Order: sequence, then C-alpha cells, then structure tokens
Amino acid sequence: MDFLIFKAPMLMVQASLDGILLGILFALIAYGMALQWGVMNIINIAQGDLVILGGYIAYTIYLWGIHPAWGVIISPIIMFFVGWGLYKLVINKVVDRDLFISILATFGIAIVFQQLMNFIFGADVVVAQSEYGTTMLFDNSVTLPNSKIFSAFISVLYAVALVIYMKKSRLGRAIRATAQNARAAKILGVDTEKVYAATFGINAALCGIAGALISITLTLHPYVGLPYTVRSFMIVIVAGLGNLPAVAVSGMGLGLFEEFADYILGTEFRIGAVFMLLVFILVYRRFKLSKKREYLK
Amino acid sequence: MNKVKQKDLILYSGLIILGLAAPYLFSAFKVQLTYLCVLIVLAMTWNLQGGEMGYNTFGNILFYGLGMYLTASVQVGMFFPLAEWTESGGEKTFVHTTAQYFQGIGVGLLISAIVPAIIAGAIGYAILGLRGHYFAICTLGLGIAAGEIAGGIEIIGAGQGFTTPPFPAEIADTEARGKFFYFLSFALLVGTFVFVKYIYGSRFRLILNAIRDNEDKAEAMGIQTMKYKIVGWMCSAFFCGLAGGIMGGLIGYIDSTDVAFDGREMGVFMVLMAILGGKGTLWGPVIGATLFHFFKEGLWTLILGWQYVALGVLIVVIVVYFPEGLMGWLREKYPERFGEVIDEKDRKAQVELK
Repeated sequence: MDFLIFKAPMLMVQASLDGILLGILFALIAYGMALQWGVMNIINIAQGDLVILGGYIAYTIYLWGIHPAWGVIISPIIMFFVGWGLYKLVINKVVDRDLFISILATFGIAIVFQQLMNFIFGADVVVAQSEYGTTMLFDNSVTLPNSKIFSAFISVLYAVALVIYMKKSRLGRAIRATAQNARAAKILGVDTEKVYAATFGINAALCGIAGALISITLTLHPYVGLPYTVRSFMIVIVAGLGNLPAVAVSGMGLGLFEEFADYILGTEFRIGAVFMLLVFILVYRRFKLSKKREYLK
Repeated sequence: MNKVKQKDLILYSGLIILGLAAPYLFSAFKVQLTYLCVLIVLAMTWNLQGGEMGYNTFGNILFYGLGMYLTASVQVGMFFPLAEWTESGGEKTFVHTTAQYFQGIGVGLLISAIVPAIIAGAIGYAILGLRGHYFAICTLGLGIAAGEIAGGIEIIGAGQGFTTPPFPAEIADTEARGKFFYFLSFALLVGTFVFVKYIYGSRFRLILNAIRDNEDKAEAMGIQTMKYKIVGWMCSAFFCGLAGGIMGGLIGYIDSTDVAFDGREMGVFMVLMAILGGKGTLWGPVIGATLFHFFKEGLWTLILGWQYVALGVLIVVIVVYFPEGLMGWLREKYPERFGEVIDEKDRKAQVELK
C-alpha cells in the first residue's frame, strides 16, 4: 500500500485519537436521536441542523466577547425551548403517523433551519476560538487540541448526567414508561403530550451541547447539518435503541472510520464515505436478517 | 363504456395538441415548459415507487444525476478526449459540428436510459430488501453519496463542474435550441405517460399495490415480490436517466451537488409533487407537478432569497395536512367520480361508531 498513513505510525495514532474524541461527540448526538426515536417513534432529519443551530448560539456568545465554552451551558437551555416550540408547532402532528411522514416533515424543517441560519449568520465557515492551546504527545509528533479533549469530557459528563436523570427523576421515569407503552402510560396518568414535548426538548438540548462543542472543535456552516443526522442515524441503527454503551462504542467506531477514510481516500471523499458507510451498514444488516427471513423493522 | 373512451380520446388529443402548440403559443416560456415536462416525468416515475409500490425513495435523484453525467460524457467522449474537455472548461478548445452534436446527444440519451436501469437492477436486490423508513434513509444516503463522490472525480470535472457541449454554432439561435429541448422533453413526457398508463391497466400495477399494502401477504400468495420490485425500480431509473440527460443539455452546466445529484432540490421536489397531487393515482403527479411548477415559478421571484424557507414550510404543510394530496381529497369528496360505490347504510354505521 502506498498510503502515507501506513508509512508513518504516528499518523495512525493521530487519526485514532482524533477519531475517538470526535466519536464521543457523535455519540452524544446519536443519544438524542435514539431518545426521540425510541420514545416518539419519529426520525428527525433536522437533528443535524439543530446541532448547527446550537453551534451558532455558542458562536454568537463568542462574538459578544464571552468565552465560547459557556455555550455548553447557555446553548442547551435555549435549544430546549426551541425543541419544545418545534414540537408544539409541527412534531406533535406527526408523532403517531407513518415514519415517512416524519422524515419528510423534518426534512422540510431542516431546509427552513438551514436557510434561516444562512440569513442570520451568513454563508461563511466560522469557528469560535477557545484558545485552549494544544497538547503535544510522543515527542511532538502527535498534536491534540485541548478543545477536543474538553469536548469529549463535557460530552461524557452530560451523557452520564442524563442517564442518571432518566433513571432517577420523575420525568425520566415518565419518559421511559411512555417509550415502553404510550397507551398504558396514558392510562396510568402520565401526560404523554408533555412527555413528548420534554423528550424533544431534551433531544434539542443535547444537540445544543454538541453544537457548542463543535463550534470550538470543528467548523460551522449552515449547510453541513445533514451529515450529522446521518451519522447519528447510523450510530443508532448499529447500536440499537436504548443501548447506551453500544451507542458510545459505535460512535467512537464511526469517528475512527471517518478519520482513517480521511487519510486514505482523501478529504474530498470524507462525507461521501460516511454516506456510503450508511448504505453498506443497512445492506449488510438486510442480508444478515434475510437469512432468518426477517427484515429491518 | 364507449362514451368514456371517446371522452378520453378528446382529452388526450387535446392535451397533445396543446403540448405541441405550447412552444409557439408561449414562446417566451419554452425553458419553463421544458422544466415542467421533466418535472412531470420525475413525479410520475417517483409515483411508481412511492405511490404504487409503497417504497418511498429519495434515491431516484441518483439515476437523474447519473443520466445527466452520462449523456454529457458520451456526447463529449465520442468525439474528443473527455479529460481535456473538462480540464479546459469545455467549449474553448473543441467544437462539435451539428451532426456530431445530435449524434452525441442521441447516443448519450440512449446510454443514459439504459445504464441507470442496469444499475438499478444491480443494486436493487440489496437495496430493495430494506423496508419502510430504512429504505428511505438508505436511498437518501445513496443520492447524497453519489453527489459527494462525483464531486471528487477529476475526469467529469470534479468540484468545478462539467460544461455540456453548446448547441451547434450553425443553428445557434436560442429559438431552435429551446424548441429542440422542449420537443425532446415533450416526447419523453408522452412516452412516460403512455408507459405509466399501460402499467396502470396491467397486472403489474396490481402486484405493486399488493406489495404496498402488505408485502408479506403478497409473498405468501406466491408473488415473487423482489423480482417485481426490481423491475419497478428499473422502469423508474430508465425514465429518470432520460430526464436527467435532457436536463443536462438544457442547463448546459453540470455541478455535482447543485445540479446533478441535487437531493436538496430536485430530489425533494419529485416527492413533494407526487404527494401534492396525490400518491398512487395516474393524474395526481401530473397535476401536482404542474401546480408546483406554477407556484414555484410564480412565487420564487417574488420572495427572492426566502424561497427555500417557503419551500420548507410548503413541505411541512403539505406533508402534515395533505398527505393524501389533491386527488385523495377529491376522492374523499366525490367518490362517485372515481368509480367508488358507497353503501349509505355502511357509511352511517361508521359515523355512528365514531
């Protein structure tokens, strides 16, 4: 093989570390996806655009002179209400319907979000400077931005906090009950409408956190939302709904895949590789299931 | 029965005369009319998938874009080295003669119809084994991946795009060019309509409907569903490829993600048009595409800059409030017109049940 990455082992370490740290971030978005898919049975194509919107919120406070890391607290709060509003406006009408309707409706929302962000924040690629510096490892041959370590740390923190919240709190239990059987939960006095709204809000808040982290580690652009949706979708179908450790692992796996694809195929094929991976995963699972005469449900 | 047929005959001949006369009547709008024909073709072929077969695809854009690139590549590659053409940005170094141009586009269209159909057949077995939303997401991924990959391939222009051969210099008035592409697309429209109408009267449609309504039961009845699904997809791919080829020649410039594999515009338009008109009806996509095109062309310029916001809102409104479309609404309102007999007693009983 004539690829640079196989000649220089340090590049391999670099790609692996980048991939894992990035993957943790993807897993956070995928967690939100799994949550709303499991509870409300909708597939949200606008997921990635919620992430980007969260990132722009962090970027805005950065422009105001506040350190963008505060975005991981401010952005989810704002995004929670955005998600809540979105639920009340559109999502509540597609919850009990065919999944394709939710796909198409959220596709429409995604287009609106992209365009509005394009108007408000402009079509330039932006990044919020965290000025955290970089860590040099292995005799300066591997560079690791501290912001990436910070973002992975915050992602894990929020994910753990959310898991504990879902286990212990009243709302968390109501959400889990609704996911198991919405009708039974309703009979037992759970206000499912409120639970759905809260679920979508929490999902949006998770997107807000991820977006704020992306604004300091990667770049923001109004039209890059869809790859994040596809990544989280991919992670969820590999990991399954409600299996959190698997979500984390497959998120990291995806991060690794992407970094290596970047080195081997070239940056111009990176997004293409992500989408092709989605196709291959689905087809692989379809063939595996068809041996048992089943299909993906 | 005879009377109905006569009525149909008048309707169809009227429409064909209107179609043939349109470029002379509205000569300023030839390009728009060409667009309309292509949009109707895309909506009708999507309807074969989403409406009749129940496989909601975002992937027909794959065949559309493929047809576009194939037509242009063949048209250039038949006479000149393709790599040099795309590198020089097209027409500057090489010029097609009139005969070369038409030969090229003829062969190119032929290939752009056949190759996508073959590809649909080849990937059909893998992809069509997915169902419901997995199929939708998978085809969405396919369409976007195709765009991203095409944007990285040097020989077809990569990110800087591909200039299709310009209309021959000897007859280089825009009048002739507009008419040529209009009649080409109109011929495609008529061909597609005849084909889809034939399908609507055939057993094939019933099989597709059986797959839509309950695939497991259809299989249990002894229908080889996979075979029919693949054939259905190949039919769509055939016409989508042709539509793409014509569109590439008309636009004159192919960009990987904004023109050819344009999932954000054309890929959504075809779904939207079919749903707007009414899925699973012969006339629904035609009416939906026409309405949509008028709406789009009428409003796009008025709300310049906000058109995508309007498009997104339109998608949400149509999908959430009119999932049955115009034909579905009409069917609900005037069931007799659609040949449906309603048992008054049964209806009353149902109302009481509610």
